[in-house]
Amino acid sequence: MMKKRIPGKLPSLLAASALIFSSLAQAADAIKVGVLHSLSGTMAISETTLKDTVLMLVDEQNKKGGLLGKKLEAVVVDPASNWPLFAEKARELIEKDKVDVVFGCWTSVSRKSVLPVFEELNGLLFYPVQYEGEESSRNVFYTGAAPNQQAIPAVDYFMNELGVERWVLAGTDYVYPRTTNKILEAYLKSKGVKDEDIMINYTPFGHSDWQSIVSSINKFGSAGKKTGVVSTINGDANVPFYKELGNQGISAEDIPVVAFSVGEEELSGIDTKPLVGHLAAWNYFMSVDSPENDAFISQWHKFIGDQKRVTNDPMEAHVIGFNMWVKAVEKAGSTDVDKVEQAMIGMSVPNMTGGIAVMNKNHHLSKPVLIGEIQDDGQFEVVWSTDGTVPGDAWSDYLPGSKDLISDWTAPIQCGNYNTITKKCSGQNY
Amino acid sequence: MARSSAQYFIRYPAGAGTNPWLRLLGLLLLLVTACNPLQAQDFSTAVQTLDTKSFSAKEEAISALVETGGDRTLTVLQAMLEGNLHSRNEDGLVVILDDRGGERRIYDAAQGNDLGTVGARETRKIGINNSLRTALRGAIARLNLGSPDATVRLAAVQAMFSELEPRLKPLLQEALAREEDGKVRDLLTTAIAISDLENDDTALQLEAIEILDDSILPEARNRLAVLAEQADSPRLREAAHQALKNIEFRLQLYALAETIFFGMSLGSVLLLAAIGLAITFGVMGVINMAHGELIMLGAYTTYLVQLAMPNHLEWSMLVAVPAAFLVSGAFGVAIERSVIRFLYGRPLETLLATFGISLILQQLVRSAISAQNVTVANPGWMSGSLEINAVLSITYNRLYIVIFALLVFVALLAILKKTTLGLQVRAVAQNRPMARAMGIRSEWVDAMTFGLGSGIAGVAGVALSQITNVGPNMGQAYIIDSFMVVVFGGVANLWGTLVGAFTLGIANKFLEPYSGAVLAKILILVFIILFIQKRPRGLFPQKGRMAEN
Repeated sequence: MMKKRIPGKLPSLLAASALIFSSLAQAADAIKVGVLHSLSGTMAISETTLKDTVLMLVDEQNKKGGLLGKKLEAVVVDPASNWPLFAEKARELIEKDKVDVVFGCWTSVSRKSVLPVFEELNGLLFYPVQYEGEESSRNVFYTGAAPNQQAIPAVDYFMNELGVERWVLAGTDYVYPRTTNKILEAYLKSKGVKDEDIMINYTPFGHSDWQSIVSSINKFGSAGKKTGVVSTINGDANVPFYKELGNQGISAEDIPVVAFSVGEEELSGIDTKPLVGHLAAWNYFMSVDSPENDAFISQWHKFIGDQKRVTNDPMEAHVIGFNMWVKAVEKAGSTDVDKVEQAMIGMSVPNMTGGIAVMNKNHHLSKPVLIGEIQDDGQFEVVWSTDGTVPGDAWSDYLPGSKDLISDWTAPIQCGNYNTITKKCSGQNY
Repeated sequence: MARSSAQYFIRYPAGAGTNPWLRLLGLLLLLVTACNPLQAQDFSTAVQTLDTKSFSAKEEAISALVETGGDRTLTVLQAMLEGNLHSRNEDGLVVILDDRGGERRIYDAAQGNDLGTVGARETRKIGINNSLRTALRGAIARLNLGSPDATVRLAAVQAMFSELEPRLKPLLQEALAREEDGKVRDLLTTAIAISDLENDDTALQLEAIEILDDSILPEARNRLAVLAEQADSPRLREAAHQALKNIEFRLQLYALAETIFFGMSLGSVLLLAAIGLAITFGVMGVINMAHGELIMLGAYTTYLVQLAMPNHLEWSMLVAVPAAFLVSGAFGVAIERSVIRFLYGRPLETLLATFGISLILQQLVRSAISAQNVTVANPGWMSGSLEINAVLSITYNRLYIVIFALLVFVALLAILKKTTLGLQVRAVAQNRPMARAMGIRSEWVDAMTFGLGSGIAGVAGVALSQITNVGPNMGQAYIIDSFMVVVFGGVANLWGTLVGAFTLGIANKFLEPYSGAVLAKILILVFIILFIQKRPRGLFPQKGRMAEN
């Protein structure tokens, strides 16, 4: 329907309304990079930074002379933290703006919402955030951590280094925490942790009255065994949660909390003094000492014009994803999705922590796992890290339904959920 | 040890030649060394070994430092715990950083000499992790047992609880012998009893159980539980069981008290959010969907007040309360005069119009301040908690909010019952034409009433800014709850709002442990729907003639 329209003023008007940062002259022979991040609503806090990161990367690539002799052009849309709107905006980017690649999404529910669109229209999405796994689409590259690259190592650290025997799994009530906690519960039980030593608690988005939950965590933790909290609490509910911990006098030495969704950006708004010693597991910290990271931080400060802005893990994921995509396009000699998809597999670029990121056959990256303790300046001090990188596992080995599944997008399997026992691809696309 | 100390001394004067401060330091070092050669030398060596990358080496260094018994041990350990122990880049000297006065002044850790000021990149922090923090606190506690301040001694004994064992008994007994403060004595007695539990002497163990019979300290309970399971002598097991039973009973009592307080605290938040609505909706009958945004404006006023007086954070709350009342009240009067007065008697249109206003106010804040949440600091007197005993403590911010909510309630009641404005408000609410006939300017009364209700919402925002996130959307979270409380309590009845808020708050907190936070809210909502079916006018319905219209 839209495709048939004669190019003229109308598309450019529409484009302007969708916040296109470009000039008409370039539009003809430019490679278009779609940016699908919420710029308003509850997720804007986290996602706005990622939009800026992609703009910075596009800008920098253009300074290097573009790609395949063409200029890159960013097309930014605002899905406004509204999950169905993500699907609409994705369709708009692919069908109307004809973008060659999309960088976007934060919450799992937004990714689930755009997935059918990308598969139907054969688009290409780079998803930069740590997530619950149990998914592998041909049209998506997952540059954030899978559970085995964040949750499982963090639990191992608690168990082996801190001697934690009793576990509180606290999360926000939606798909990511529920799936992650299901995996963790199965994992803990496989390690011999008893039912009565696991406490699971879910709270709504934006929960603010933490007093009884924190108090019950405290009681759970005073049974003589070392207790740890694994937090998949998302968004701004973390602020009152940590405040309540501080007010009730629960320090990191008594009951440490390891969080999977709290990074530098989230901490930049709070007084971190009461949180010192609580932990987070990521694949990147701003405090990591490496030449790549120093260069990245100063580039970011220069682009954003503010020395106080922090960098975080999903930003690194976008940088890795973008650099890989550029190399894959160069290798394929085209931006055609099918060719780029095959060129991506096996691609390697340096990560920001002094190692090499490799794109595996299952569209997940190999990443190092770092565990850091919160410091009073809002940064993390790395207290533990894996020796090398860990390849991302799309299908968890600890869930009964998924332990026999693998994802392999190379010939001859070409499947996102291949059952190694029945030797069959389940047929669905993801 | 000896060799590393020698290395250190060789390296030291070499660097001292370049820097006058260091030269002075070297001189002082020599002087001190001359006075008490062995000890001072060991001490500064031990301090210097704290500067290592490995956390386990640091832990060993800490115990070595405590062994030396130097006068400055406590200072150094405390600086390390607070993250003020740094290593100077130019020579690796361990220093204590003091950046309180706005400049970064460093002091030699081992001697305490002032080494002048340094730039941010000239020193590197000696990092610690959680297990080091525990070790440091334990070491500091043992050093603090002799402190002249009773509260420090109390904290010191508390910090030792997790590592009590028979080995520490002499130290504790010595402390008990010279202790004069009653509270510290009690705690020390308990601590000695706990360390006796692991003794091999059954008589001593039984004695200890007797002492711990009424102790609710988690440490005592846990060790008794272990004893009740594993003790060899049946008499011992029996005694431990009995003691545990007594303890459990007391714990349950305290848990009940705690739940009631949590419920009251949630109830007071509901009361604050709803009480302004009880006036605009209850008395005037206006469905004000922008009520939550008036709360939000109050919270942002707190933020702005804190920005304006960064050096007087402690007083900012006192300024913010009247400021928020005025800001939200002014917005309320403006909304009433510009929109609502044209819509009286048309509830659907009022609902839509005020919903529109709520969106406008949210966007106003997003554009004027920021779309992101802002940080409202807690003044010192609102942080921390009031410890009633080992298992029951009440956080100050919640306690103050309960008191504050009740104060606001009483003040509002007084305004409505004792002032001319209150009289006029009630008159207009009961019978508008008659009130007008009596010479009351009903339009003016409407504006003032709406302003009063909105101002109270602003005051609620000040309180809420202390316990929740302040952002453009914060009002949305309270609007449903507020309507729920007012409808449940009975429209046009302040007492109904009070009882309704506390009932819902306490019920919610009793449900939460069994059903989880999400289901508890749903259950409460279902209960209210059913309740309204049975009693459409709420807990305290209006009686008499005015109830008919």
